[in-house]
This record gives sequence, C-alpha cells and structure tokens, in this order.
Amino acid sequence: MLETSFTPLASLFGGILIGVSALLTALFYGRIMGVSGIVSRLLPPRANGWNQQWTIAFVVGVIVAPLLWQFATGTGVTAQFVASPIVMMIGAFFVGLGSVMGNGCTSGHGVCGLSRLSLRSLSATVTFMGVAFLTATVIRFLFQGYI
Amino acid sequence: MSNSKTRSLALPVSTQVLTLVIGLSIGLIFGLGLVVSGMSNPAKVRNFLDVFGAWDPSLAFVMGGAIAVGVPGFWMIQRRLKPLLTESFELPTNCGVIDRKILPGAAAFGFGWALTGICPGPALTLLAGNGLVAVGFVGMMLLGMLVGRIIKA
Repeated sequence: MLETSFTPLASLFGGILIGVSALLTALFYGRIMGVSGIVSRLLPPRANGWNQQWTIAFVVGVIVAPLLWQFATGTGVTAQFVASPIVMMIGAFFVGLGSVMGNGCTSGHGVCGLSRLSLRSLSATVTFMGVAFLTATVIRFLFQGYI
Repeated sequence: MSNSKTRSLALPVSTQVLTLVIGLSIGLIFGLGLVVSGMSNPAKVRNFLDVFGAWDPSLAFVMGGAIAVGVPGFWMIQRRLKPLLTESFELPTNCGVIDRKILPGAAAFGFGWALTGICPGPALTLLAGNGLVAVGFVGMMLLGMLVGRIIKA
C-alpha cells in the first residue's frame, strides 16, 4: 500500500486552477471542459458542429503542463501506479468506454456539471463515485489493495 | 490587390492563432491544476477512494476548490449572450432530469477509475515521462472511447 500525504491546501489550490480552466473554456469557447468529450471527439466518427482547433491545443497544453512544472520548479511530478500493467490496460478501456457512454468524466460531470447545478451530472457523479469507492474497497479486502 | 487579399485573410488567421494560444493556455492551467492538486498521482486518487486503506481525503478539496469557483463563475458566464471566440454557447440544456441511459456508462467509468487511479485528464498529464504503461493506458482509453463512439453513433 502506497502512503500519500494529506495535502488540503495544495489540493484546494489545484482545484481552483481546474475550476478556472473550466470557466475559461466556457467563456472563450462556450463549451464544457470535459476531457473525455474533448479527447473522444478527436476520434472518428467526426462530430458535427465541433471545432477541433482549440481542443487539440488544449490537449497539447495538458500533456505539456507537467513538463513545464518540472522545468519551472526543478522537481519531478510524483506518479505512483497502483495496479499491474494488465489491470491498467483493462481499467483504461473501461475509463474510455464508460466516460463516453456516460457522457462525461470527472471534469465534465464532476467539475462543470456540478458547478452548473446539473441534476443529470449529479446522478452520473454519484454513480461513478459510488462504484469507485466500492471497487477500491473490494480491491482492499480481496487483494490487499493491489491487483 | 495583394494588399486586399492580405487584409481579407488577416482577421481569420489572427482569430485562429488566438484560438490556439488560448486553447493551449487553458490546457496548461488545467494540467498544472491536476499536478498541483495531486490528481496526477494515481496513488493519491486510489487512496482517496480506498477509505479502509491509507485514506487520503485530499481530493475532496480538489472538487471543493473547483466547484467553489465554478458555481459563481458559470452563473456569471451563462448570463452573457455569446462566448468570446465562438458564435454561441453549446452547453448542455438537459440538466434538470436524471438521464438513466448514462448511468451504466458512469458506473463502468467509476470501475476503471478505481482500478487504475487514473481518469482521462491525468491520463494526459501522465503521458510524458512515465514509460510504456502510461502510453498503453492512453492507447487503451482511446480504444474504449472509439468503441463507445461507435456504439452511440
């Protein structure tokens, strides 16, 4: 089991940055900043009335951000994986499929939807959080936290 | 003649550049938010979900911070007639009702998220410098998304 330290202030500040980026997306492009929606619409079939220009730039920005952080602060970004490679691949497929079938993920439903007081997003968020807590708990008791 | 041609191109090109620069900047702010908040570390996400393990409640503060600025911000922005760089708002309007069709998808997403500690945003911040597993994650996530797009089409 990997211990991580409780970081309320850093997490709050990071959360504010995430909220600000969601607001800027709505202000400039009139769209929801949902990563699963943005990334999945880069794939075929082509989405009608969807401008891909800013979304490609957005995705590049997200990918580059940790490198910029590393360059600016001189410290690496901590990333500790919690599953074996095969479980990572299975989980990744569910993350992709589920976020598309569920019309959104943590950013689209969890941040933007809840901020807009959307009942639809609230029901999706309660569902994915509930299943996630349950899954993590099952992994804890059946596999000691690692599969 | 070449002058008028240049002029007719000038505005769209500058708007396009602005679109790209602002899109990149928003992506950087979002990505830095994921890094600073700890969302980009799968162990931190899993420890938030793993209440009976080494529980780390930090991620509640990420959600709290984002929604604290999001609620008043969206309220103000949605009073505008149009966005700054596009012609109209394309925000969902079907928000008042629970949509049962999306709940199985949300459940599948929650399952994958808990298995790996990674959702789509952090999948992108992990992409550079974390080896083949991180690249494989994005590849499998894209495959899942593609299957989802085809099912929905």
